[in-house]
Amino acid sequence: MSENGKIILLHTGLIALLLALNFILPAYHHGNIARVMVLASYAIGYNILLGYTGLLSLGHALFFAAGMYGMGLSIRHLGFSPAPALMMGIAAGALVSVAIGALALRTSGVAFMIVTLMFAQAGYLTILLFGKWTRGDEGFVIQQAERILWGIDLSDANNRYLAALVLFALCLFAALWLVRHPVGRVFVAIRENEERAQLLGYNVFLYKLAAVVASGTISAAAGASYGLLFGYAGATFATVQYSIFPLLWVLLGGMGTVIGPFLGAVFMFYLIDLSSGITNAYMLIAGVALVLLTLFAPQGIGGEFRRRVWGWLP
Amino acid sequence: MTMILSTRGLSRDFGGLQAVREVDFELPTGEIRALIGPNGAGKTTFVSMLIGRIPPSSGSVHFCGQDISALAAHKRVAAGIAYTFQITSVFSRLSLTENVALAARRRLGHDKAAVQAEVLAALTRVGLADRIDQIAGDLSYGHQRLLEIAMGLAQQPRLLILDEPTQGLAENEIAQFKDLIRSLLPETTILLIEHNMSVVMELADQVTVLNFGQILAEGTPAEIHQNADVQAAYLGTG
Repeated sequence: MSENGKIILLHTGLIALLLALNFILPAYHHGNIARVMVLASYAIGYNILLGYTGLLSLGHALFFAAGMYGMGLSIRHLGFSPAPALMMGIAAGALVSVAIGALALRTSGVAFMIVTLMFAQAGYLTILLFGKWTRGDEGFVIQQAERILWGIDLSDANNRYLAALVLFALCLFAALWLVRHPVGRVFVAIRENEERAQLLGYNVFLYKLAAVVASGTISAAAGASYGLLFGYAGATFATVQYSIFPLLWVLLGGMGTVIGPFLGAVFMFYLIDLSSGITNAYMLIAGVALVLLTLFAPQGIGGEFRRRVWGWLP
Repeated sequence: MTMILSTRGLSRDFGGLQAVREVDFELPTGEIRALIGPNGAGKTTFVSMLIGRIPPSSGSVHFCGQDISALAAHKRVAAGIAYTFQITSVFSRLSLTENVALAARRRLGHDKAAVQAEVLAALTRVGLADRIDQIAGDLSYGHQRLLEIAMGLAQQPRLLILDEPTQGLAENEIAQFKDLIRSLLPETTILLIEHNMSVVMELADQVTVLNFGQILAEGTPAEIHQNADVQAAYLGTG
């Protein structure tokens, strides 16, 4: 089979597997996997910037929250229905990422990490500051009646799972398309050797900005969907913790692999889930597992797959 | 004679050190020009200002009659100047194909067939066509130099600046390299920084000698060979 065929087969195979799981999983895991798929979509967005362009952001919670609040606030205060509210969330994420990208990309390396972290903190504090509308830390619930998209009740577990799967499939194939497109190849060139890329005639600032916007917009789509599917928007999702999560998922799953963010999200979710069933000190078990994985599979799960078996993994 | 490239009063200071001072340089279209000089003469600093890697302290650079002093490096490349690095700077974790494709795609856009053809043509010209799927970092140093040159060729530049291209090449590869460079004329003008005097003597139409950041002499290889000042500069008795 051609490389292209294998790539399509693997990624559609994953989507087919997740679809099949919808019919067999017990309720508890069914709910978990729905949540993991939305979080993995967030990580896919993060991976475009870290894994493919080589830019480490510590402020992606800002984009996730921009999507969540862009959606949530337009339902709560503007009386939007879910479809245009989702669009508002995605547009808010795109807008915020253009602005943050244009400013933060004037720095690089550690300074870029700090600047993105600070912008995200400023975003978090802004949500608290406008507590009258956002209800700050406490957040607000999006009622069941407000979560009916094209006649489909997203609060229903089955519908929610399928909606999460659609989001995940869209993000997965969008990422797959982007990283194999000439623009995505320039992202990789910048990751590998920025000066060389510039001296091949590429405007590296514009390409990096495009990467921030693609990454931020996908993250915002995940944030907006999360709010809509689970019926809640709160400032917790704008905290630094939610900037670190996608970094961990991507590192564990395999930076610069399309499938890695999903592997990392599922692994981390169940690692915490299972270890908290054994002991209260579940973070200790999770921590040890993370250290072991970093020691023995530094390229993450997907990266190890690529190194050992699937050299063609995009 | 039309000048493809010229500089006026081009200077660069690093703190108290004047690496390049007041250089007026002219390069006619279709020529092979060698730029030589002792270590630390300012050769790499000078060409880095031509391509826009470092900004000059003063002076201007003109390409095809346009003042490009204010243009960013990527715009100068887009205007038709290609540059190969002195210290090999390929994408070492990517395949040879992808390295050269990145060079070709900026010009050819998304036309996959044209990019593929250009990649194969460029790698064939430098003699690496049998290694297209290898990872660049796995190549020997000499072969990485050739890959650098292939990346330059794939851009089909009007001016190709090569910074010590034959460093690390074997004798037979140097002979191939000379033929390759000659075959690029007259479409491409060549500016060559070179330490290997046999390459300079055989290849260059004209030689410019840089010493202490200034042009010491200019002329045909034979004239430069005879020049007492140049001999003194190289032997350190001047």
